[in-house]
This record gives sequence, structure tokens and C-alpha cells, in this order.
Amino acid sequence: MAKPRVKVPKSVKKGEAFEVKTLIKHKMETGQRKNKKTGKMIPRFIIAKFAAEFDGKMVFESDWHPAISANPYMAFYMKADKSGPLTMKWTDDKGKTVEATSKINVSG
Amino acid sequence: MKKVKIVLATTATALLVAGAWAGSSFAAGKWGEKQVEDRRSGYTYAQPETRGIQDDDFQNPGMVWVDDGEALWSKVDGKAGKACATCHEDAAKSMKTVGTSYPKFDKKLGKPQNIEQQINECRTQRMQAKPYKWESHEMLAMTTYVRHQSRGLPMSVKVDGEMAPFFEKGKAFYNQRRGLLDMACKHCHQDNAGGQIRANILSQGQSNGFPVYRLKWQKPGSLHRRFRGCNKQVRAAPYKNGSDEYVNLELFVNWRGRGLPVETPAVRN
Repeated sequence: MAKPRVKVPKSVKKGEAFEVKTLIKHKMETGQRKNKKTGKMIPRFIIAKFAAEFDGKMVFESDWHPAISANPYMAFYMKADKSGPLTMKWTDDKGKTVEATSKINVSG
Repeated sequence: MKKVKIVLATTATALLVAGAWAGSSFAAGKWGEKQVEDRRSGYTYAQPETRGIQDDDFQNPGMVWVDDGEALWSKVDGKAGKACATCHEDAAKSMKTVGTSYPKFDKKLGKPQNIEQQINECRTQRMQAKPYKWESHEMLAMTTYVRHQSRGLPMSVKVDGEMAPFFEKGKAFYNQRRGLLDMACKHCHQDNAGGQIRANILSQGQSNGFPVYRLKWQKPGSLHRRFRGCNKQVRAAPYKNGSDEYVNLELFVNWRGRGLPVETPAVRN
């Protein structure tokens, strides 16, 4: 899997909601298309799970299904009381994972 | 001398007034730089949600291809041991107006070449590397990256002089009925722009956003891929990517959108 793109605010206020944006390049093959030349079905191959942990604690998790578009964009809101690492994990159908970590800086 | 100055000043004022008047007859300013006279970028026909994806560089999936192209730009390939950056150095400077001015006349070939063909000419002749295949990931990434450097600059292809015969051919192609449906490009994109074809809103078919990230394709695609799609939809046999017919058509279509800002990578439905 390709390296994901993640965007978090440079600094956030304590206890205030902020947006985390992510985008990862992936074909998200639905499993419902035929190979036009051979007539065989192209097997499903999607990212099935996305999860985000802040400071070792789950803050966001979602199961993805074949209707999710290619190159999925996922944005969510969260709050933080203290600075720490935000680790996001994408898991595909074959169990392969890719991780990205961003530092959340809490000011004031 | 003084008299001349006064005359000039008066003419300038008159022009300004005329300009203001002409502007008011269109929906002036509604689309800002995305509209030049009666020429409107496909952006103005897109749904607000689609425009939103394009407006946010982070959310725009086409930017992933720009990043990939940037990586390829400085990657050494071929027997000559060169990368694009070896000769062209900083793409932000050297490629700045490329997206606005291609297809350009190539003296050696005696015909115009578009960006894809120029990239492959560089690859085969200067880098002694294998040419990229049309619509391959590398070709799309490189074209998107190169044209992205001209983002915001007005399209301005040269259509006079040695380009004139090719421009005329492109224009003839545009107005030529073809296929089982017996339709020319102009029937949808000139006469019926803004109307609907089934559930789709027809745009003017401007080329300023190509290679464009099409939500239907789930990836970026070249202008020639779009041409092929259009030709197939009127039940005509499409030409090959990079064929003379399509390069001439590209030249004409780019001229049709003269003055519109390059939007690569644009997002369309």
C-alpha cells in the first residue's frame, strides 16, 4: 500500500474538537467487475478497516465496504487533553497494514 | 505630441467602457477567473460537492499523482543515466508555461506534439529509456505533475503560422459529424452546453483541467482518453491515443478554451 497522506492542525486547544484529514491511494476493487478480456471476475480487494489511536487509546474506527470509492478520503473530528501521538492504521483484505503517525500538539 | 496622448487616453477610456458593457452581458464575475467571455471551465458545470473536492488540495485525489510525478521527475532512468531534473532542473520554473502552450510545433516531425509525446521524446532520445505507455500510471503522474506547474495560468496555444493547417484540421474534426448517432463534438459542447444528456450536465468540453481526476474513472485520465470516450458514445470508432487526429483536435480544443486557467488536476464527475 502507498504512503497515506495525513493532515492535522499545527496546534490544537485543550478539549476543543479538531479535524483530522486522511487520504490513501488504493484501487478499492469491489469484486463485482469482470475482466473484459477473460470474462473472469476480478477478486475483491479493498481496505476493509481504518482505525485511529491517540496515545494508545482508540479514538476512531470504521469498517469499510466495497461501495467506498478508490483513493478513499477519510476525515474525522477528535478532542485531545494533552499532546501525544495519533496513530492511524489501514488494513486491507489480505491483512496487510500501513500505519501513519502524526504528533498532536496541545497548547493552552 | 500632446494631442496624440489625449487621443490615446480617450481611446483607452472608450475601450474600458466597451469592456465593462460587454462584461455585463454575461453573468459577469459569477465564476471569477473560471470564466473568460462566454468560455466557461468545466468547473462551473460541476456539482458543488465535486468542486469542493477540487478546491481542497488535500482532498483532491489527483494531487497523489502530482506527488508521484514529482518523485519520478528526479528519478534517474535509462542508459544515459539522466532524470528529467538533470536537464530541466526545478520543474516549478522550467515547466511553468508548458501546460498552457502545448501542443507545440515540432520541427523535426513537421507536426504538433502534445505533452505526453514530448515526455516520451525526451525519454527515448535524451534519456535513452523506454517510453511510457499512454494512460500508464507513470505517464499520468508525469503529465499531471508537469501540467500542474502551470496551474492558474491562462491557456494560450499558438494556432497561426506553421500551426495553422493543423488547427484547421482540428477544427474540421470538431465540426464533423461521425458515428451511428451522426453527431459532432459541437452538437453537445457548443450548441447544447449547459443542457442535459440523460442525467449529466453537458459542459463546454474545455480542456483546461486535464489530465483530470474523473470520479467515474476513479483515477486521472488524459484528454485523449476523454476523446475516445466521447467518440465511443456517439458510436464512432475511436482513434488511437496520440494519433494525429486527436493531437489536432487537442490543439483546437485548447484554443477554444483560450484564456481559461489551467486547473490540473481538476476533479470532474
